[in-house]
Amino acid sequence: MIKVGILIKEKSIVVPGDIIAEGMDYLPSLGCFREGKHVVSERLGLLNVDNRFIKVIPLTGSYVPKVGDTVIGEVKDMSFGAWFIDIGCAYDGTLMVRDATEFVEKDADLAQVYNFGDFVVAKIVKITRHSSIHITTKGPGLRKIQGGKVISVTPSKVPRVIGKQGSMVSMIKDGTNCTIVVGQNGKIWINGKNPDDELLATEAILKVENESHIDGLTDKIKAFLEKKK
Amino acid sequence: MSYTKRFDNRKFDEMRKIEAKVDIIPRADGSAMFKIGDTVAIAAVYGPRSLHPKFLQDPEKGILRCNYTMMPFSVSERIRPGPSRRSTEISLVTSKSLLPVLDLTKFPNAVVDVFIQIIQANAGTRCAGICAASMALAHAGIPMKDMVAAVSVGKVGDKIVIDLNKEEEDYEDGATDIPVAMTGRNHEITLLQLDGEVTKEELMKGLEMARKGCLDIIEIQKKALREAIKENQNE
Repeated sequence: MIKVGILIKEKSIVVPGDIIAEGMDYLPSLGCFREGKHVVSERLGLLNVDNRFIKVIPLTGSYVPKVGDTVIGEVKDMSFGAWFIDIGCAYDGTLMVRDATEFVEKDADLAQVYNFGDFVVAKIVKITRHSSIHITTKGPGLRKIQGGKVISVTPSKVPRVIGKQGSMVSMIKDGTNCTIVVGQNGKIWINGKNPDDELLATEAILKVENESHIDGLTDKIKAFLEKKK
Repeated sequence: MSYTKRFDNRKFDEMRKIEAKVDIIPRADGSAMFKIGDTVAIAAVYGPRSLHPKFLQDPEKGILRCNYTMMPFSVSERIRPGPSRRSTEISLVTSKSLLPVLDLTKFPNAVVDVFIQIIQANAGTRCAGICAASMALAHAGIPMKDMVAAVSVGKVGDKIVIDLNKEEEDYEDGATDIPVAMTGRNHEITLLQLDGEVTKEELMKGLEMARKGCLDIIEIQKKALREAIKENQNE
């Protein structure tokens, strides 16, 4: 008898080439594909079964841009009507003049608004088939970064830095009196009243990144922040 | 004189001891180490990232660049660092052996760089390099239809053996070295080179041996990949 259905337990780790399901009962979505009667994984990640859809959530690798993500990037280039922002993936994000927070007059010098080396908090609005990424700085919390510093963590560790419902990042905010903006691409903006606070926040975030696999990390970071105060 | 017993007392169809480890280079997007006997290869994957100069770009799909290098101290007599005729060839066959399983259509105009370093060599370095690169690519999150494993088979004296070591490759009565790379599910051959003499029957026997070996290696690769995730997941 041919076995039909899911062959691998849900929430387990799959690797490329693993046969996830047999038969035509399930449909492949993100991170897997159909080959004859099989649904096969093409990513290293976590298996997720939603009704009849099979999805593999990637757990490693570089940042994959998604529509709606808040990202932090550096202005790398500009042309007549747009800035090109490095957001840490293979393609630069395009920020059109009309999507900028600031009003830009016709024929104005774009460098007066966002200059080379400036950092912006932006949101991805559109990704075309050819992987051009359109971003905007219009919206709550989106702007050019002034003051503070930007640090990088591995993109796959971003959910850990944010924590459940933002518990981790809000605890670090409270513990250090800094404003912290976490970009989904692994860039984090820290802005505090004095450099020591920023340094402490940086240390705490890097600690989260390095020890992301440890149980009870929230309590550990809490103790760390209290000790350093 | 016939070759009745292997120099290191292995069976004729027994590979050397294999070790695999993923996530060894923190700065890389994906990395892996593959060790078979005394041969050690490490691979690091960077990208997909933008590709320059622009004329190399392909607007339909991303390209794969492999770079195979032997470290100067990897062999008993120091080898000059930098590209050579041999390493250029191996870089090329490595990328050709990995491309059939990679899906780079989602990364137009971009490049995936694979750097393979042989830190210790005792025959079978291109196979170890391919095994390490395959794991590193999976770890870097590049869409892959399957894993690729490689092992060398060959003829030493009058015997068909798997996974030759340096001593066997230099066997005085002549040895034939056949590196083979295969995919996991469909057993498709993605690399086949041959250095020496062999009959058709011997080659088929060798390929069957290589198929078994590759399947064993793929299991080891998959286990190493799963373990790398588990370490980060507090299970």
